[in-house]
Amino acid sequence: MRIDLFIPCFVDQMAPRVGMAVASVLERLGHTCEFRPAQTCCGQPSFNAGYWDEARAVAIRTVGVFAGTEAVVGPSGSCVAMLRVFYPQLLAGTPHETAALDLAARTFEFGEFLVKKLGVTDVGARFPHRVTYHDGCHGLRELRVKEEPRMLLKAVRDLELVECDEPESCCGFGGLFSVKYPMISTAMAEVKGGSLARTDCDYIVSSDPSCQLQLDGWLSRQGKKPRTIHLAEVLAGTDA
Amino acid sequence: MSSTRMGDARETILARVREALRLPAPPPHLQSPALDPAPTGSLPVLPLEAARPWLPDGGDSPEESRRILGENLARLKAELHHVADAAAAAAFLADLARGRNWKRVATHGHPLVATAAATLACDTERVDAGPFDKDALEACDAGVTSCEVLVAQTGSVLVSSATCGGRALSVLPHVHVVVATADQVVPTLGDALHAVRERHAGRLPSMLSFITGPSRTGDIERILVLGAHGPKELIVLLVG
Amino acid sequence: MTPLPTGSATHPGTDIAAPRLAKKKFLHDAAEHVRDTGHRAFVRKALGGYYTTRDAQKARYRDYEQARDAASLAKWSAVNRLDELLPRFAENFTANGGQVHWARDAAEAREIVLGLLRGARAKAVIKSKCMTSEEIHLNQAMEADGYGVVESDLGEFIQQLRGEPPYHFVFPCMHVRRDEISDLFQKHLGSPPTSEPEELTMIARRHMRRLYVEADVGITGANFLVAETGQISITENEGNARLTAGLPRVHIAIAGIEKVVDRLDDLAVLLPMLATAGTGQPLTCYNTLYSGPRRAGECDGPEEMHVVLLDNRRTEILADPEQRDSLHCIRCGACLNVCPIFKNVGGFTYGTTYQGPIGSVITPHLRGLADWNHLSGASSLCGACTDACPVRIDIHHHLLHNRRNAARTAPGRFERLGHRLFVAAASRPWLFAAGGWWFRKSLGLLKALRPPLLKAWLATRDLPPAPPHSFRSQWRRR
Ligand code: SF4
Repeated sequence: MRIDLFIPCFVDQMAPRVGMAVASVLERLGHTCEFRPAQTCCGQPSFNAGYWDEARAVAIRTVGVFAGTEAVVGPSGSCVAMLRVFYPQLLAGTPHETAALDLAARTFEFGEFLVKKLGVTDVGARFPHRVTYHDGCHGLRELRVKEEPRMLLKAVRDLELVECDEPESCCGFGGLFSVKYPMISTAMAEVKGGSLARTDCDYIVSSDPSCQLQLDGWLSRQGKKPRTIHLAEVLAGTDA
Repeated sequence: MSSTRMGDARETILARVREALRLPAPPPHLQSPALDPAPTGSLPVLPLEAARPWLPDGGDSPEESRRILGENLARLKAELHHVADAAAAAAFLADLARGRNWKRVATHGHPLVATAAATLACDTERVDAGPFDKDALEACDAGVTSCEVLVAQTGSVLVSSATCGGRALSVLPHVHVVVATADQVVPTLGDALHAVRERHAGRLPSMLSFITGPSRTGDIERILVLGAHGPKELIVLLVG
Repeated sequence: MTPLPTGSATHPGTDIAAPRLAKKKFLHDAAEHVRDTGHRAFVRKALGGYYTTRDAQKARYRDYEQARDAASLAKWSAVNRLDELLPRFAENFTANGGQVHWARDAAEAREIVLGLLRGARAKAVIKSKCMTSEEIHLNQAMEADGYGVVESDLGEFIQQLRGEPPYHFVFPCMHVRRDEISDLFQKHLGSPPTSEPEELTMIARRHMRRLYVEADVGITGANFLVAETGQISITENEGNARLTAGLPRVHIAIAGIEKVVDRLDDLAVLLPMLATAGTGQPLTCYNTLYSGPRRAGECDGPEEMHVVLLDNRRTEILADPEQRDSLHCIRCGACLNVCPIFKNVGGFTYGTTYQGPIGSVITPHLRGLADWNHLSGASSLCGACTDACPVRIDIHHHLLHNRRNAARTAPGRFERLGHRLFVAAASRPWLFAAGGWWFRKSLGLLKALRPPLLKAWLATRDLPPAPPHSFRSQWRRR
């Protein structure tokens, strides 16, 4: 299958390794990956701040950038939710509505794409560590992705998966919320980060680089041991 | 307040409501495809019958309903005793009163209750024999009432002001004893509402109360305490 | 009757004199609250049991998700036919011998109740839990007119003694420790100290018993108004509402107009859903339908029953089709119980009658968007509330809608400029890539300079160093 990578702006600049890992897993499975350099940001920061008219311009543009694609796959539950759930709302009643709905139907979050679309759970990875999985809220509640990443992790050789005691709690990132209401955001990181750290794992696996930024930022400041790693990076790991 | 101002308020509010409803709301976010409004364009008004298979089970046979009722009452920390006939109910109640050293028990004129209370050795107080003294009722150790029906699905006792000794008898004394016959058990809340409507056709009692376990509170540190303001104990005697 | 301190007079937050200060106060109180880690842990622990009990009860439904659909549909079809159902309720309730009063706003509602108290020559008033009465500051008004008022719900009673409004609209005193309650009862009721919740409950029970018998007027809320039969439905656990509506000579119920449902049968779905979502019970202990005053042939009950129907800007929400479903709310409190914001900032920080996610949605409508939009901003949009809501209100998306409406009607000038610049860059890939390059290269310097938003981040969290190359440049070179 020809797969178009949807690399959110934050991954592009701050976590390129995640994008590379996504491509490496998909290519290892025999698929072709493409990256359309015209893509920029999905507009979520403006959308979430209430500036829908501003965000709409970006949405129209992004729908155009991904025109004619077969499948669009992104390594962030949050940004995928923007394309899949919020673009159709944002563009409802405009001439772009149909195109937005079309794009929504072929846009997938990485882990979900592997399991639901490609029907794969064992991607031949090995990762000899004890890990826990952090559910990003957009992936969990807007996209309803919960079991897929766990199925993938359970199939990884030598990996031990443990659950924390607050599996469905938010890490507190929330985009601009994290800096507009930093005290609440940090309190939430304390709760979720604390719960994740108590599992005594080596890594916290996530499907959302923005949650990773928040959790790592707090864990590092607290001098707590585990760090996050993106699901794609875990799945990219092999013996070789 | 003058009646004209009252009338104004009614008219203003209803006018605001009518004005507000001129724009139709989007259909509710439903999950069940059976309720999808799209095919007809208008939403089904859901009959209770349609919702019945989704709610907790009330049993398909009288035996099953009685079993479920028993389980629910146990979970609610209410007592359920099966007695063979009215005489056995009276003996049970007399034993209970003696064992607890009850001084005064309140009752009402229902035949089942009258028989059950006939052999009580302590004083009794009839609340429906004329105006009763609230203080005297408050001082009673227990109130014995009939009920309209018992609801298996929720473990509830349905009492009414018309047939179960008014409003206070089932809630003011410290213990509430319900005397009922086995054929008064209905499967669900819907069945219970149906039964009272049949019985009191066109003229519902001024109060209908579903009593589900003894009075309780969790207001202090969310710790369960029984007997907040109503009875601390609920004892159901099922005759037959 | 024991004189009680006036609970409502000192409402922290619900009566902000200058509403413009609401946001400032919110930020201040949130920061303060967050620092109190002991209190936050206490609240988390108190709510800890909720999940287990609720999930056990949910599992007893044969299909809980479809039952949510049914509940949602029952409320949807009622709220969208309010024009027809409100008059029908009023007509049927009147035919049952009750009296209906219409109140456009809080002042009118207070005036109606005070008028009824005067008419009844009331001396003592007993109340059971009623959030609409908090909304209209009824206790204050009654006390100002010289009526002794006692809250009979244990949690509300404790809050009344403390001179505080409810902390959570279902669990009013969940933030108070048992030793504080013991001290409070010792001071006001002269009871001996104890650390047993059971004993504390019994102290309140004994204190309250006389008051039910002596009160001439009982005031309650109503959870549902049944149009078909002209009944009101009250949900409670303690039995205090039963006593409040059963013993006094006059019963007054105050309810928002959105509480109407079409048919009696709707309650066969709504009552169990309310209990399951709210506290994890199959039904709460007492679910009582009142159709009017005592009937001929009944041995007790009030001589008069009144229902006050309150608008108080509910019609403003009704007029917004997008958020009309927020009037479906059955005030179960589930969205508060699962909300990470509520659990971390506490109930008082909101400064509203209705706390938590649903409060953040409706308060801007009830009290003005410009002053209360910050509540919609104070959310990570995690959506836990929407998942918990038994009537499927699109709670967290409505927070987004409030933000949008605020940005349209009163945009922050610099904020809008910021978003416009960002969008302008995002529309030009070369500019966006160049901006990204500049950001990576100067991140170290920015960290040292600490401009405001970055400073907020760095105060509690680290930021990793930027990688040398972006994804797009790595991809190009691959
Ligand atoms: S919004 Fe939903 S969850 Fe929140 S209190 Fe209302 S009914 Fe309950």
